[in-house]
Amino acid sequence: MALQLMTEKWSGEVSVVSIGATQEDKGTRSHILKIGGEKSLPCLFREGSLPNRPQIVFEVWDTLPLDWPDELTRGYKDVLGDPVKWAQMCVKEYKAQGICLRLQGAHQDFGNKSPEEEAQLIQKVLKSVRVPLIILGCGDDAKDNLLLPACSEAAKQERCLIGPATQDNYKTIVASVLADGHNIIAESPIDINIAKQLNVLISDMGLTLERIVMDPTIGALGYGLEYAYSIMERSRLAGLSGDKTLACPFICFVGQEAWRAKEAKVGPAEQGVIWEALTAIALVQAGANLLVMRHPKAIEKVGKYIDNLFER
Amino acid sequence: MFIIGELINGMYANIGKAIKEKDKAEIQKCALRQIESGADALDINCGPASKQPLVDMPWLVEVVQEITDKPLCLDSSRHQVIEAGLKAARNKIIINSVSADSEKLDIIIPLAKQYGAQLIGITISKKGIPQNKDQRLELAATIVSACVDKEFPVENLYLDPIVLPVNVAQAQLKDILESIREFKIISEPSPKTTLGLSNVSQGTNTRGLVNRTFLTMAIAYGLDSAILDPTDEELMEALITSELILNKNIYCSSYLEAYRKK
Repeated sequence: MALQLMTEKWSGEVSVVSIGATQEDKGTRSHILKIGGEKSLPCLFREGSLPNRPQIVFEVWDTLPLDWPDELTRGYKDVLGDPVKWAQMCVKEYKAQGICLRLQGAHQDFGNKSPEEEAQLIQKVLKSVRVPLIILGCGDDAKDNLLLPACSEAAKQERCLIGPATQDNYKTIVASVLADGHNIIAESPIDINIAKQLNVLISDMGLTLERIVMDPTIGALGYGLEYAYSIMERSRLAGLSGDKTLACPFICFVGQEAWRAKEAKVGPAEQGVIWEALTAIALVQAGANLLVMRHPKAIEKVGKYIDNLFER
Repeated sequence: MFIIGELINGMYANIGKAIKEKDKAEIQKCALRQIESGADALDINCGPASKQPLVDMPWLVEVVQEITDKPLCLDSSRHQVIEAGLKAARNKIIINSVSADSEKLDIIIPLAKQYGAQLIGITISKKGIPQNKDQRLELAATIVSACVDKEFPVENLYLDPIVLPVNVAQAQLKDILESIREFKIISEPSPKTTLGLSNVSQGTNTRGLVNRTFLTMAIAYGLDSAILDPTDEELMEALITSELILNKNIYCSSYLEAYRKK
């Protein structure tokens, strides 16, 4: 008897977000990272089209990442502390398709760099690498509200992805992103109701839902991954059923979470790499569209996994 | 919930006058106002005063089609009027309606098939309005089996239990609500259900309250669609909230607004 697949026909689809502007759009990026556009649940290739495969970007810091374990810093030994060289290394040596620049150094506890300094850095990075750029604030609301507008302006026309915007702090960031033609990261604390509310609030300010990437907040393998998975699944089910306020692609900060796990820091050298790769792979299956990762080997493994999955 | 806006009806003074004077703008304004308020489809009814429904129906269809591609619900008890509307239609059509009489079913179902239209079947026959749940169910089954016999897809059929005014047939409303649930189990795939809501509050002093209370209850009984006034904001908010409580949409603080962004 022939096997009959039970497939669902969805009325909605995940919106497509384009990160990076090429010359055609008056930007200077070499290519565009297109994410989203799914018309079915993740990896159900026979159910509906999954036009854009998940993308991985390398996380680069503007300052020395003091809490990164040795295994993680080994691959970036000579470039740590120099974000321009670090980004160049990711692109040249590790073939990064995108860079996520975390402006941790702007935080008062990590160097308190000024918005002007960071804006200059953004311009330097944009000049020295041509891949699409994601810009992350330092996590302090007051500082981010000064920092991110300056960086947004410095990257005008480059169609970056900038964030995070949160329920308590989104207005200033949305206004900048809107003015300078970027996309935004909407971060919610593993809470689908807040995720939806934030998307409504952002779109009320005039930034269309098609320019929002949701950060559902994830936990690493063994640290709440299944909670993130279920939030992402519910959100995707709603989006595919026609709820546009939840039909945005997901960004997942895999490296940040995986390397916080005790298991990633102790044990055999490869354990952290495996921890990061496994977390990423599980999230791909949950519907992640953009993975922000740290270890080049983990990135290589997950990249191969995605290629293999999508070549079927 | 599939919302069919009821306001383009010659029974209303402004629409009656607009039909008579062939005032396109007035009709289109009414159509747009309903769509902006959340209507998924628009009911089109020339009204009892129309002297030439065979002309007025296609005119209305064309006028509304100029400004929207939403489905249109051709509302007439005369198949000639419906056919005149179908001939003018480019938008998706729902025929409103056919009763459970074989002579009507024999004409309307083939018409719906021919034009690829959906169909509303009302549980009423020449014997009159049913007086209890069993009679309603029997008429519903008659309509469903006629569709099956004529190979009309049952998922394109809406069944309407005919809502009676609360001040006329108070004892029947509970039966009507229960019918909504039972209609769904007549066949697999299930027919859809709809109802003309405003009738429930005819002649009452609290029309809005009666309408939205009944709609809320009907939604809880599994109603798929309703013909109603989408510009009644409180009614729409009760509808959205009912669907939220039934877990059809995900909650957020601005869920009313979020619904409207859909």
